[in-house]
Amino acid sequence: MNSRGGPPPAPRVGVLLSRVRVEEKLLLQELQSRGVETTVIDDRELVLAVEKRPDLGVDVVLERCIQHSTALYALSILDTWGVPSVNRYEVAEICGNKLLTTMRLIRDGVPSPRTRVAFTPESALAAVEELGYPVVMKPLIGSWGRLISKVNDREAAEAIVEHKDVLGTYLHSVYYVQEYVPKPGRDIRAFVVGDETICAIYRYSDHWITNTARGGRATNCPVTPELNELCVRAARAVGGGVVAIDVLEGAEGPLVNEVNYTMEFRNSIDTTGVNIPAKVVDYVLEVARAATVKAAT
Amino acid sequence: MAKCPECDADVNVGSDAVKGEIVSCPDCGAELEVKETVPLALALAPEAAEDWGE
Repeated sequence: MNSRGGPPPAPRVGVLLSRVRVEEKLLLQELQSRGVETTVIDDRELVLAVEKRPDLGVDVVLERCIQHSTALYALSILDTWGVPSVNRYEVAEICGNKLLTTMRLIRDGVPSPRTRVAFTPESALAAVEELGYPVVMKPLIGSWGRLISKVNDREAAEAIVEHKDVLGTYLHSVYYVQEYVPKPGRDIRAFVVGDETICAIYRYSDHWITNTARGGRATNCPVTPELNELCVRAARAVGGGVVAIDVLEGAEGPLVNEVNYTMEFRNSIDTTGVNIPAKVVDYVLEVARAATVKAAT
Repeated sequence: MAKCPECDADVNVGSDAVKGEIVSCPDCGAELEVKETVPLALALAPEAAEDWGE
């Protein structure tokens, strides 16, 4: 109730996006079906005067940028000026960088693959040899399984390291090396919204990279209390919100591999029977309402 | 209906298409962005950059 005794006004939602993929279209349709006042904010046209609070005419921003750098810096400005967003800047900063994600998981005691970081080609090779073959080398920033290398022997390691050193941008000179965790032909992608793992899928592939963006097949994965607890802990470690957790089924138990903050879910709605965009919109509206209450007190 | 800027095929989009939506050309498979809905205008969607993703 507001001060005049009527119901509080419905939050206005801004959807910050680069292109309208299936996920954004489903989210926009969900907002529209509820009669939520929605503004599409095309990040390619956005100009933010950083010295003042962005006047976007919305109560909360749902970030759906396809480009990490755009999301990161836009959210940084919104966060500084107290504009509520889903996800928050902190979550984008952490999840957009595999090393920062790993460190949060370790900080919070969330099991994850053994990882080594090195800063020169020589020390990178030493890290690889210490972990033992095969290992996985990943760029710190990137998605959809791109530029991820499974390194099976010394010769391959030397080639990958040289390529990264000579051809890569400076970020590729931070060598992120993980133990290779053998998969039973699949891994798990779990979707966390707030304090709940709302659903999960198995991603099957004959290839060691199981991303559905790379052709992995999805089936429903029941959310056990153990899986829920693990994924919610991982989500909280990176700052919470709406995230997708990649889980490997290791020989000694599940390991959290990555956390994604602008999750794709087109292949998981029918597979799980869960209306993921509805859950996301519920959460976005909840964040807006909580911010309104906080501002009024 | 509009022409695919890649292969000149006729491309139709659904009546619920929105500006910014990504569609595929049925002939050549190119990813196309809906630049305008009325009249329909299509452009080649940008190529994925290094920091694109989830």
